[in-house]
Amino acid sequence: MLDLSWLLIAVPLASAFVLLLAGKRANSWGHWMGVAASASAFLVGLIAFLQMISRPADDRAINVHLFEWIPGGEMHLDAGLLVDPLSLTFVLLITFVGTLIHIYSVAYMEDDANRRIFFAYLNLFVAAMLLLVLADSFLLLFVGWEGVGLASYLLIGFWNFKPEYATAAKKAFVVNRIGDIGLIIAMGLMFAAFGNLDFDTVFGGVSGASEATLTAIGLMLLLAATGKSAQFPLQSWLGDAMAGPTPVSALIHAATMVTAGVYLIVRSAAIFNGAPDARVVVAAVGAFTLILGAVIGMAKDDIKKALAASTMSQIGYMMLAAGLGPIGYAFAIFHLVTHGFFKAGMFLGAGSVMHGMNDRVNMRRFGALRAAMVVTWVTFGAGWLAIMGIPPFSGFFSKDKIIEAAFVGEGWQPWVFGLAALIGAGLTAFYMSRLFFMTFHGKARWEDDQHPHESKLMMTVPMIILAVGSAFLGLILASGDRFVDWLEPVTGHAEHGEPVIAPMVLIIATLVLVAIGIFVAWRKYGVADVPIEAPAASLITIAARNDMFQDSVNRAVFQRPGQHLTRTLVYADAAVVDGAANGTAAGIAKTGEVTRKMQTGQVRGYAATMLVGLVILVIIVVQGGL
Amino acid sequence: MDPISFVYLAAILFAIGSAAVLTRRNAIVAFMGVELMLNAANLALVSFSRIHGEVDGQVMAFFVMVVAAAEVVVGLAIIIAVFRTRQSISLDEPAELRG
Repeated sequence: MLDLSWLLIAVPLASAFVLLLAGKRANSWGHWMGVAASASAFLVGLIAFLQMISRPADDRAINVHLFEWIPGGEMHLDAGLLVDPLSLTFVLLITFVGTLIHIYSVAYMEDDANRRIFFAYLNLFVAAMLLLVLADSFLLLFVGWEGVGLASYLLIGFWNFKPEYATAAKKAFVVNRIGDIGLIIAMGLMFAAFGNLDFDTVFGGVSGASEATLTAIGLMLLLAATGKSAQFPLQSWLGDAMAGPTPVSALIHAATMVTAGVYLIVRSAAIFNGAPDARVVVAAVGAFTLILGAVIGMAKDDIKKALAASTMSQIGYMMLAAGLGPIGYAFAIFHLVTHGFFKAGMFLGAGSVMHGMNDRVNMRRFGALRAAMVVTWVTFGAGWLAIMGIPPFSGFFSKDKIIEAAFVGEGWQPWVFGLAALIGAGLTAFYMSRLFFMTFHGKARWEDDQHPHESKLMMTVPMIILAVGSAFLGLILASGDRFVDWLEPVTGHAEHGEPVIAPMVLIIATLVLVAIGIFVAWRKYGVADVPIEAPAASLITIAARNDMFQDSVNRAVFQRPGQHLTRTLVYADAAVVDGAANGTAAGIAKTGEVTRKMQTGQVRGYAATMLVGLVILVIIVVQGGL
Repeated sequence: MDPISFVYLAAILFAIGSAAVLTRRNAIVAFMGVELMLNAANLALVSFSRIHGEVDGQVMAFFVMVVAAAEVVVGLAIIIAVFRTRQSISLDEPAELRG
């Protein structure tokens, strides 16, 4: 079955094409075909996984050769898949969560006339994402990377008849393009340094490369990762990406695509191991984004945007872990998997709430939905407990390990990164509790036409499964270091580092901060009345409501000067380049205007001119003594 | 007789011829002026030939005569053609080719 892993990509891709090309006649069964394509990809992945664990640990990287791709003299690149524990982890996460979200979407998108196209895009996304994680070269990875970017663009703008949604899609695409430049430059550097782009050549040649080269490649890979994973400074697109249908937010902008940056870093572990400086930058970006996202999440009233800020913050945790090096890689992926479950679950819960509330997203008009939507309340609660890291929910095992690993090291780094991770845990508890209490507890602040109701079975069942995963997955994977051992062939063996603070103290400190966060949120949003209009607030809250004015900064620093630059260039093109061409033509025409006057048509005039010319010639000849 | 006198004569004839071409409107008279200038040139050539004691100038004069004969034929034909279309041989009238 491992040799057939190309089916993972081929099946959803074929399904996407059929759905797009079949037209309206596929409307009645198209969504089921989409579900089936995703589910069969999951089955293939599951069988591959079962075969994989029956192999010895050091023989778990299988190269599946697909075809000769670029046979170009000295550079010879084949398209192939690399099936190893890391890629299989992603395959299982993508296809499992993906299938659940496909099923959820069948009900969620029921009333949409374009449901078939929605499923085609979803399948396209699954295929591209699987290509991204299975590729055995950076170039093939880039194909998947662009594929998910395209699918993300199409799905954010799925309701593009609303201009602001179309703008959001465009924004996501353009911001991602900046990150893509990083990946392209990184590939160029790799090609210059190693001569080829497949993982074997690149990672095999790392030991012979200078640290400066590796640092440059690492930083460019980081730029790519910040774009895709919505990390500072390219995080501004994620909030607007919530314009897409909620299942899209759950699958692409929470569970899978946005984690591609973390995958890229962990996959390039060999490069980052040789570039400690680049790793510190990765960790710093992660630590900064996790605080930034948390602060933004505390101020948002839009339930989906609050969750998006939370995604940003949680991916910050993963980036931080990935930047810590070998001790963090496995935990980054661990947190990625558990986050995939609980965040997708919570997004589906948010979708369920929106379904019950006529697609409204303002949490200030929610409240007391616990009674009306019991299943949503319970499943969302599981995700809520998981993201805060309450034991024994899954977030506890993954996030606590990251906090512990962040405190390992010497000098200033463990204190800065560790404290950021620790404070982030407290902030997470506050903003998630705020979201939870504002939505499900307190007094009902519904508008008059609201009649909240529980969603259909087809929506609640995926939520229940994801909630179960949020609750127990961490425990299952963490017991006996099962997950870390599983990833060890890829991430390398990590020396156990001793944190600068005792682990037990850290766990207690984390839980105390979380408890404080929950308590403050309960006092403010559970017990007290929540004003329907956002109250006047401090400067930092206003900044957080406006995404830390990142859009304004981008506009002032990049967009406006860019526009001025293009305008100047257009003007220069018109004035200088066109001016030179047009000016020459005009000058020649003018000269013609003047000289044609000399052609009088008078024969005697011509004769006189000739005579004068002759006389002048004679004078010259005589004077010059020629 | 000093051969240089013939050069002066040639210069005078050339001046008369060119004056005729520049001042007269009648095409025939102007044409005669052209002929006069050609013959003045011929005279100068022959005179210089004599002065230098070489035959080059005389050979050249023969060429000029042949060209002049051909020129007369073509020139008169053009004048007749112009007269037929315009009923006039004034040189100032045909100015269609002005810029």
